[in-house]
Amino acid sequence: MASATETTANAIPAAARITAPRRTVTAHRIVFAIMLAVFIVAPLAGVYPVFMMKVMCFALFACAFNLLLGFGGLLSFGHAMFFGMAGYVTAHAAKIWGFTPELAIVLGILCATVMGWVVGVLAIRRQGIYFAMITLALAQMVFFFSLQVPFTHGEDGIQAVPRGSLFGLIDLNNTFNMYCFVLAIFVLGFGAIYRIIHSPFGQILQAIRENEERVVSLGYDASKFKLRAFVLSAALSGMAGGTKDILFQLASLTDVHWTMSGDVVLMTLIGGMGTIFGPVLGAAVVVSMQNYLAELGSWVTVVQGAIFVVVVLMFRRGIVGEIGHRIKKTL
Amino acid sequence: MEIFGVPIQAMMGQLLIGLINGSFYALLSLGLAVIFGMLNIINFAHGALYMMGAFTAYLLLHFLGLNYWWALVFTPLIIGGVGVIIERTMLRHLYKLDHIYGLLLTFGLALVIEGLFRNKYGSTGLPYAIPSQLAGGQNLGFMFLPNYRGWVIIASAVVCLATWFFIERTRLGGYLRAATENPDLVQAFGINVPLMITLTFAFGAGLAGLAGVMAAPIYQVSPQMGSDLIIVVFAVVVIGGMGSILGAILTGFMLGVLEGLTKVFYPEASTTVIFVAMVLVLLVRPAGLFGTQK
Repeated sequence: MASATETTANAIPAAARITAPRRTVTAHRIVFAIMLAVFIVAPLAGVYPVFMMKVMCFALFACAFNLLLGFGGLLSFGHAMFFGMAGYVTAHAAKIWGFTPELAIVLGILCATVMGWVVGVLAIRRQGIYFAMITLALAQMVFFFSLQVPFTHGEDGIQAVPRGSLFGLIDLNNTFNMYCFVLAIFVLGFGAIYRIIHSPFGQILQAIRENEERVVSLGYDASKFKLRAFVLSAALSGMAGGTKDILFQLASLTDVHWTMSGDVVLMTLIGGMGTIFGPVLGAAVVVSMQNYLAELGSWVTVVQGAIFVVVVLMFRRGIVGEIGHRIKKTL
Repeated sequence: MEIFGVPIQAMMGQLLIGLINGSFYALLSLGLAVIFGMLNIINFAHGALYMMGAFTAYLLLHFLGLNYWWALVFTPLIIGGVGVIIERTMLRHLYKLDHIYGLLLTFGLALVIEGLFRNKYGSTGLPYAIPSQLAGGQNLGFMFLPNYRGWVIIASAVVCLATWFFIERTRLGGYLRAATENPDLVQAFGINVPLMITLTFAFGAGLAGLAGVMAAPIYQVSPQMGSDLIIVVFAVVVIGGMGSILGAILTGFMLGVLEGLTKVFYPEASTTVIFVAMVLVLLVRPAGLFGTQK
């Protein structure tokens, strides 16, 4: 058994080297540097910092979702439950129990991890399209739960959550400190996802997406890999949700509603599913759209729906996927 | 008279509401199952089509003066027509792709349709009167049965069984089942499979529209009436499994009743009981009650 694990551990990095040649890695470094520069320069150039922080939270959420859809081929239509519920737990811990923000977020991540495990165990019992329906149904259950239990305060949500002081030292009510904190969380989460995708585990995950039977025939337990990917994705979604609620000092029902699950699918689809940087761009596009079209009311829903239709019919690679296709690199 | 400390009237009342909800679950999950069998697409817009059905009945009444009975005839045709347009212009480009694209596209469509109706009619519900022939009710001694509700249960059961008979017992239904198994072979026998696919989607859409008309006098006609329902119907479909027509119908009615009974004994759980049932079924019988694992 031990020797079998060793062989797999040796065999797969070789494959990883084949799929990610040095020039692609260089391209990734360049794009990452540009992305980081944008996030650092934007508030200095006069973009509203809270808007940028919101983009980063949703970018992390979309990247976590893309880890599952783009690299595992699993469409979850209920990711809002991890995002929203982690947010509730974080907000509750920070406000009622007086946790420092980083501990509150860790608690939120823990909650999302446990939920991810439970939901994952149930959902991977069925394949393909059923997987999407099961995750959606379970997320709806979590929504009704959030509507009814007292600690979430139903329609009001958990309001006036204190941002608190990071490690009890750095005051997050200061916008500059908060910005650095959110940026650090985003880079940490993004780096973790990048590492996961390019690890032996990530390679097997992508192999399962391409041809599950073949991976099983090679002796891998596909369900175990899918479950781990699901839990990781849920945990990182929880990290995004907790950070967002500390930022806005509010945990609300909209974050557990199915429309939020739809939003994260849209972000990933616009940017390009299965790309590394696509979800970040997709999140920026969707958040900007929701911000600047807010006065149009429910036309935003119409526009979002129309984008879904157009992207699925004509633009399935997404923006970053299309660029990557033109320059023949996976970005 | 009481059962487990609950007055029998209250119990029967909730059971009736359960059966009504079950009728709609059955009609919608039946349509989803028929469409999935033929197109391999889960139609997320099914709830939106149901909502459009209710609005069509409302608009027919207010602009053309056509009453409920005319709406019952015309609405399925109109919504079926919408289905033809959706299938011909969009869905047919997706058949060679992964299943998830069909779900994503119809999800987008559902957002567009719901958003458009919300822009025009707002979020508050519009009333639709019960047809005069079905006003009033029967006193059954142990409960009061409003005529309209009895009509909905019977009508939807008849429509469901007729669909089952059509698909499982007629020649055309046989073609349909054969095309579900192997479209290329059926096409080689000279049957127009693309047309059959279009008509199947139109039929499923028409069923959703019919459900919408029947729902209009019971619930208020509102733009978001479909989206909440469709998620429950998805759970129903997961529980039943999409392999069997009769299974979809039975599961729909059964879960409606289960939901009604939960309202009597533990009201807090009534919104989640169907999802809990789904979890239990997944644990015990992952392929669904009537399904076979694909």
